[in-house]
Amino acid sequence: MGKPGNHYTGTTSFLLVLLIIFVLLSMCYGAVNISMDEIFSAFGKWLNDSENMTLNERIFMEIRFPRTLLCVFVGATLAVGGVLLQALFRNPIVEPGLVGTSSGAAFGAALYFVLGGVFKYNAGEWTLPFAACSGGVISTALVFFLSRSRQTGKSSIVALLLTGIAINALFLSGVGFLSYIARDPQARSITFWNLGTLSGANWHSVIITGTTTVICILVALQYAKHLNALMIGEDEAQYLGINIKRLKFTVLLINVFMVAIATAFVGVISFVGLIVPHLLRIINGSDNRFLIRNGALLGAILLSVADLTARMLLKPAELPIGIVTSVIGVPVFILLLRRKNYFF
Amino acid sequence: MLTAKHITCRIGSKVLLDDVSVNFEAGKLNLIIGPNGAGKSTLVKVICNQIRPHDPGSVFYGDKNIASASIKELACIRSVLSQNIELAFPLTVTEVVMMGRYPHFTGKPEHKDLVACDEAMKFFDVSDLAGRNYMTLSGGEKQRVQFARVISQIWFPVAGSCRYLILDEPLTFLDVHYQFDFMHKLMTLLKNDDMVVVGVVHDLNLAARFADKIVLLNEGKVLACGNKHEVLSKENIKTAYRLEPVIHYENNEMYLFFS
Repeated sequence: MGKPGNHYTGTTSFLLVLLIIFVLLSMCYGAVNISMDEIFSAFGKWLNDSENMTLNERIFMEIRFPRTLLCVFVGATLAVGGVLLQALFRNPIVEPGLVGTSSGAAFGAALYFVLGGVFKYNAGEWTLPFAACSGGVISTALVFFLSRSRQTGKSSIVALLLTGIAINALFLSGVGFLSYIARDPQARSITFWNLGTLSGANWHSVIITGTTTVICILVALQYAKHLNALMIGEDEAQYLGINIKRLKFTVLLINVFMVAIATAFVGVISFVGLIVPHLLRIINGSDNRFLIRNGALLGAILLSVADLTARMLLKPAELPIGIVTSVIGVPVFILLLRRKNYFF
Repeated sequence: MLTAKHITCRIGSKVLLDDVSVNFEAGKLNLIIGPNGAGKSTLVKVICNQIRPHDPGSVFYGDKNIASASIKELACIRSVLSQNIELAFPLTVTEVVMMGRYPHFTGKPEHKDLVACDEAMKFFDVSDLAGRNYMTLSGGEKQRVQFARVISQIWFPVAGSCRYLILDEPLTFLDVHYQFDFMHKLMTLLKNDDMVVVGVVHDLNLAARFADKIVLLNEGKVLACGNKHEVLSKENIKTAYRLEPVIHYENNEMYLFFS
């Protein structure tokens, strides 16, 4: 169980080193292997004369490097989203998708794949992220609105949770319906997107996801102590001086914002948000200050490993990353859960 | 001094509290008793500012109306022990007790927070449990950890204000030894004349033995209020609990039996 102080810092340093290693591996290996020399010269040329890049340098700068960064940001986002929602709902089975965000985003994306051609207005490469993000925000707002009690105007955590499950089911059946009526290539796009893919990474997506991830995590860290207090109950947290209403609103907002944007670019990647908080609790206990900081690192590591595997396994073809996160994540997770000193 | 004036609470058409006015003095042990459903927990929630009473009800800590105080401001001078605290995730005993200091620091705990946490744990004999997972403790141990948390919150005197300790059925889960132990510790705390203690208990004999002031609630109203002789009369108890007590005196102590 949690040992305070130095131990936390030790874990952070260890994860940081691990992250650097996997980021380097992820930059070097893939459909095309790129050497460290080529990476350095790519950076050099990028600063001076970007006209004269070799093919490998160009692949690195325009495809590989943005993909690596996107993977780090999305992994961090999903893991921190999981930490925040598990703490907010006081429930260990929660993951970021539970308040409807990712199913709504998936529905928005499916709508785009099937009907996209019908609409006259097309925002180019922004259409899909925009459709997914709107879907995510609409479904989450719906969950929040519908879970409000008519008498008191408050939404209890249990009501939120149940409404979230119901709305998720609704939007996922919408996705199912759209895949059913879709033509073959469209259906394939929907499937691929629902299992997550980082292959669409470019500098636009990196900058947007990166900015939201960093801002949201910094804000989330300010609420870590509040979320700790919530562990002993809503009333008790209030007795400890915490404004529960504001806390719920802010944390949900951070989560929707982060997850909807990440999902909009990479699709639905399951399991990272669920397992990362648990893995960390097993190592160091449940202090949310520790969980948020190291969750970001571990989420990034996990997704980098998954992405590397997704790229390397059937090279030059690519697996959807969601399949890999589940296949790697599930056995590790179950193994760790069965250790006897981790139970509720 | 904690004063509640004209407290009325309703949920739908059900009246939980009906024009209750009471005051609790510092340095005295104030206990609220009453049958199930009498409104004890509701009254506790009202005086903690968790439930707002209907107009014109108001609660004052000293001369401060708590309706106009911020959540944080209140948390620095008042701590509350609720019934049945369940943890959502595993935490160590130290981490749970340190929560009591949350209103007093931002970021990392300061030296005085560590001191308060440490001394509160010593005071309630839970220092040995410090590194243990709270979830693996027995019911009694958990309750003592919660005492330490609640008392660490108001461990140091506050300039310009009393400290308020509000306990909703603190003795559940405790065996007789720890029930008495806890009551004696409360008496020690009450030697601080800035400490206002209000507790809800079920055990009438404990109330008779320790309380300076007893408030007997029944059907949302104050049936009796005062010292044990004024409140724990045969008539009052029969009205509230629908059971006739046998009252026995020995060495100036009062004992109640039911048959």
